[in-house]
Amino acid sequence: MSERTIRGKTAIAGVGETTYYKHGQSPDSEIVLVLKAILAACEDAGISPTEIDGFTSYSNDRNEPTRLAAALGIDELKYSNMNWGGGGGGVAAAIGNAASAVACGYADCVVAFRGLAQGQFRRFGQGAPDPTVSGDAAYMSPYGVMSPLQKYAMRAMRFMHDHSVDHSVLRAISMASYHHAQNNPRAVMYNRPLSAEKYDDSRWIAEPCRLFDCCQENDGAAACIIVSAEKAKDMKQPPAYILGAVQGSDHRCGAPVMNATNFPSSSFASLAPRLYEMAQLKPQDVDVVQSYENFTIGVMMAVVEHGFCDPEECNEFFQIDNLVAPDGKMPLNTSGGNLAECYMHGLGLQIEAVRQIRGQSVNQVPGADVAINIAGPMVHHVSSVIMGSEATL
Amino acid sequence: MSESYLPEGLPIPVPMGDGLDTPYWEATRRGELMVQKCGNCGTWQWGPEWICHNCQSLEMTWEKVAPEGVIYSWERPWHPVHPALKDHGPYIVVLVELPHAGNVRMIGNLLGDPKQDVVIGSKVTAVFEPHDDADPPYTLVQWKVA
Repeated sequence: MSERTIRGKTAIAGVGETTYYKHGQSPDSEIVLVLKAILAACEDAGISPTEIDGFTSYSNDRNEPTRLAAALGIDELKYSNMNWGGGGGGVAAAIGNAASAVACGYADCVVAFRGLAQGQFRRFGQGAPDPTVSGDAAYMSPYGVMSPLQKYAMRAMRFMHDHSVDHSVLRAISMASYHHAQNNPRAVMYNRPLSAEKYDDSRWIAEPCRLFDCCQENDGAAACIIVSAEKAKDMKQPPAYILGAVQGSDHRCGAPVMNATNFPSSSFASLAPRLYEMAQLKPQDVDVVQSYENFTIGVMMAVVEHGFCDPEECNEFFQIDNLVAPDGKMPLNTSGGNLAECYMHGLGLQIEAVRQIRGQSVNQVPGADVAINIAGPMVHHVSSVIMGSEATL
Repeated sequence: MSESYLPEGLPIPVPMGDGLDTPYWEATRRGELMVQKCGNCGTWQWGPEWICHNCQSLEMTWEKVAPEGVIYSWERPWHPVHPALKDHGPYIVVLVELPHAGNVRMIGNLLGDPKQDVVIGSKVTAVFEPHDDADPPYTLVQWKVA
């Protein structure tokens, strides 16, 4: 039996995104946003949209592959896949599932996409308007635990208690995203820099998080096209090869009412070692880190759990100078990420990783050959992926 | 009207449609705290499930436990995400471990000053907060520093 891995077998050959809007400001309906992002990715890859034969997404995306395939005039749809779980925990899994479908021969050209117009549907940051609740929600909503931050803040509060982590860690993560967004005309927070004072003066949303620790709520869509490594070599763009992809979580992560065994965690403790093993790399081989910011607290724990620093070292490691391109020790969220570019449910961060591998980022890390993408920390089903340039094969 | 920590108008908790956690909600009305325990291997389990996560027995039972716990983690929400909380101000949510029930964790509010310092590891006792005028009536389990 041949080795069971997807390392180097596929690559991202095209990326595309729409204009990013504040929630409620998109002039296009959500499905139009998705179609525009896919068309942009096809243009970037130099292919016709009719070459697409598969779709992957996550978080119960509303835009079904059959409808997209019909709209795009695709002759034969060969693969579709929805990754279970809410939040952005599935964004790297959508890339990984597309890669595995191509590697196994289910399909030849799979697009991983996400469309999200929070202004046209329910906003994530608001409690649901239900008069009664049952199940897990019955043990949370009546106590005022309804929004994603309210559901995850206690994981970080315990982590920060256990490891004596200062709030300066969260501030540095937020400032890194805003710093990078100032060079990114696509960013919703372009021309809106964040100083330490502005961060410190911002209001609490739910302690330990202030306003600038929280992602935006946006309208937009993004897409990545995954093809075989052989095919990608001869296409328009330098390929970003998928070197490893993992998804899942550890023991009883999804246990109701916050009874996960490893509670002060971003849910990556068991995934990260598997990721590095598949990619045949170590944390010190990674040139640039994209780590999904639902909230800065998740980035903090995810970076630790992916081996970039020990939990006891957080206060020294998370300094703004260490986190910014081009010269930081661990350039982080170089497009501005979910905090300052757009909350594209993490797919914007995947696109940024591809641009870093290609050498096309607005905050390019010189010679970036290996990029890691960490998706949806703290939710119950998470994923991450490592991409690399041709030099890493 | 009974006095409650948070304003009226938040979602009303009701037992699951399949009856899984009815014993818990009925017990709170009597001022009792009940937690699931496996009838086969004795493992405590929370939240409620039909099966024991340790031995996969379907013989789950309900046990009354002492209403005492230890603060495992906490948060202080300020920003209202529900109309009932508009202009209310901050409140404290605690995650409480129950040492008499295998350290399972429950969520509740910490009664008292919403701006008080919260110390992880503090001992707390349960306070039953009835909402008799709600439809259907229910009782929340809140916590205060012991």
